[in-house]
Amino acid sequence: MSELRQIAFYGKGGIGKSTTSQNTLAALVEMGQKILIVGCDPKADSTRLILNSKAQDTVLHLAAEMGSVEDLELEDVLKVGFKDIKCVESGGPEPGVGCAGRGVITSINFLEENGAYEDVDYVSYDVLGDVVCGGFAMPIRENKAQEIYIVMSGEMMALYAANNIAKGILKYANSGGVRLGGLICNERQTDKELELAEAMAAKLGSKLIHFVPRDNIVQHAELRRQTVLQYAPESKQAMEYRELARKIHENSGKGVIPTPVTMDELEEMLMEFGIMQSEEEREAMIAAQESEQAAG
Amino acid sequence: MPQSADKVLDHAPLFQQPEYKEMLAQKKINFECGHPDEMVKEIGDWTKSWEYREKNLAREALTVNPAKACQPLGAVFASQGYEATMPFVHGSQGCVAYYRSHLSRHFKEPSSCVSSSMTEDAAVFGGLINMVDGLANTKALYDPKMIAVSTTCMAEVIGDDLNSFILQAKEKGSVDTDFDVPHAHTPAFVGSHVDGYDNMQKGILSHFWDKAERVEGAGLNIIPGFDGFAVGNNREIKRMLDEMGVDFTFLSDVSDVYDTPSDGEFRMYSGGTKLEDARSALNAKATISLQEWCTPKTMEYIAGKGQETAALHYPMGIQATDEFLMKVSALTGKAIPDSLKLERGRLVDALADSQAHLHGKTYAIYGDPDFVYAMARFVMEMGGEPVHCLATNGGKKWAKQMEELLASSPFGKQGQVWAGKDLWHMRSLLDTEPVDMLIGNSYGKYLERDTGTPLIRLMFPIFDRHHHHRFPTMGYQGALNVLVKLLDTVFDKLDDDTIIPGETDYSYDLTR
Repeated sequence: MSELRQIAFYGKGGIGKSTTSQNTLAALVEMGQKILIVGCDPKADSTRLILNSKAQDTVLHLAAEMGSVEDLELEDVLKVGFKDIKCVESGGPEPGVGCAGRGVITSINFLEENGAYEDVDYVSYDVLGDVVCGGFAMPIRENKAQEIYIVMSGEMMALYAANNIAKGILKYANSGGVRLGGLICNERQTDKELELAEAMAAKLGSKLIHFVPRDNIVQHAELRRQTVLQYAPESKQAMEYRELARKIHENSGKGVIPTPVTMDELEEMLMEFGIMQSEEEREAMIAAQESEQAAG
Repeated sequence: MPQSADKVLDHAPLFQQPEYKEMLAQKKINFECGHPDEMVKEIGDWTKSWEYREKNLAREALTVNPAKACQPLGAVFASQGYEATMPFVHGSQGCVAYYRSHLSRHFKEPSSCVSSSMTEDAAVFGGLINMVDGLANTKALYDPKMIAVSTTCMAEVIGDDLNSFILQAKEKGSVDTDFDVPHAHTPAFVGSHVDGYDNMQKGILSHFWDKAERVEGAGLNIIPGFDGFAVGNNREIKRMLDEMGVDFTFLSDVSDVYDTPSDGEFRMYSGGTKLEDARSALNAKATISLQEWCTPKTMEYIAGKGQETAALHYPMGIQATDEFLMKVSALTGKAIPDSLKLERGRLVDALADSQAHLHGKTYAIYGDPDFVYAMARFVMEMGGEPVHCLATNGGKKWAKQMEELLASSPFGKQGQVWAGKDLWHMRSLLDTEPVDMLIGNSYGKYLERDTGTPLIRLMFPIFDRHHHHRFPTMGYQGALNVLVKLLDTVFDKLDDDTIIPGETDYSYDLTR
């Protein structure tokens, strides 16, 4: 067995992290890798495409039922799905109560202590949103994920989130071994998306690992609770994910310490691309509109 | 006025004076608005019934008087056993005040420990600044050789990463890069003090050992585990090892820090495992843990480094001490000397002398998992019968061990194991299935009052009796001490039961 490789997918909520990660991992398993997925999102939807089921029982849900985490056994929470991919969901509280970050810490500690990381080549964490608190940084702490992949798109807020995640990685990069593996652009068909993604990656001192084109087949597969790799293994989109998986596999050890930018720099970049107006332009435009209305 | 400057009454007798009795009676009538005495008695009696016991044992969502403390307390205790080490708890001050007062009240000694004083802003922004300032202040004010960092709930909930924080604090110059700052995450809402002890021991050892190469030697490491009798016990274990001529290292030894002399000099640090010895303990041939449930992760780590390991259950009583000595002998090749065999023989003789008073006595025992195991085993060796064995911090695996132990002796037949239960459960057990004696800690005094079961204090914490921890309970000598405590209780009870002249004094005997 080769050395355990741990990676994590971060990105803005709704960007397609879970879909992208599960499709990529399904492609990685075709390459003969033994994989464990650790879902770190209270929504617990990081493994459903692999398990072809509704969301699985989570570590925290079962722990709450049994009274404490110490009463749990690994078999209770670890399910095996598509091509023997092992799946665990950490789970978390209902929206509005409790502390999901603590849940992530508890779950990962439980998995490590109970030997879930034995006999796998890859551990992949699927983490919700920006790095919002110490708990969600758990996968990037010492001895955890070596590389972070940020799933993003050409939308303003996705870029903003990517930059924030890079800040989180930077915090831990100096004291631990975590690196930014690269960006994965999930196409939203915004203006100049590929160029923007590449520019963003360059700003962060990293690279665009892959540009995943938009294809409705992903939606079709997802409605059947399947990855594209399982639903339509010969499709063009499946080939895209295989390509992404190959790139990630070959990217081992090539991560970088990111160089996040300020909000101003980020907006400047968007202006350069002509996607965003400068304040002066905006004011001029509003004035023009107003005078037009007054004249009309 | 009953109180006067010439003869000052303490509060207890003072409140028995007519003026106070009258005042308190008026207060009850006019202000307390409680239920009538008959009803209070009726409900009180009902809580002693089997019906209530069943309800009590079916309790799911509430714990009343758990017989355990929290993880950081165990971590602080483990840290204090190393040379000139200041325990540093990353979190809020109140938590640290609790560990310190708990340890001080038990050992009747100062307990040094610092906090990173996290407040509202640290909860929001993370406690990095507190770590940076805290380490610098600790070094400047208390000049320790090592600072051992553990955590409270607050730091754990917000997910502060100790490894990263300590590295960053060193970069910012809080302490030198090569200054020893081991750490352990010790969330207080998980497990108990025995787990905190385990985590901190593992943290300290991995700090010293992770980057070192092991060169196997002949030495033996001893990890004592969390023990309220550490002062007496560590010294007794060391005495026995010295008698055997064994080359050993205690990993965490608080016996001196919790027993400093009054000679005009204040010792913030005293004794403890030398840091150099902790470092070179990697090269030992083997490590023995005196308490399995205090060291599961630590022992796994040590075994992973290539050492032989053995975990015992608190070597108290005959078989347990035998096992300890035989294990040491097997690992080191040193014979058990005649002097220790003599001690064993004397203990057996003492047990035989008192057999008439020990045989068939029934016991309820609670405390830490290893202690309860050892105590039940020793009780059975004396011909006593453990009826209730309870550990709030005992799990399923412990319960299984206990059941196997009880099944191994005819005296264990009626023994019941209560893992994860608390002292309010114990109250119901004592009311419905009474025993002759209760063995536990100071918190048991309320059970003694409610159920009339005499309490023997052999478990941390003991707040209301002084200095017992200075005498060992481990080894053959320790077993003698335990035996005397049990017998004193038996005889006190016997005297109490026969003390009324002309009524119960048929055998208020001079000789027992």
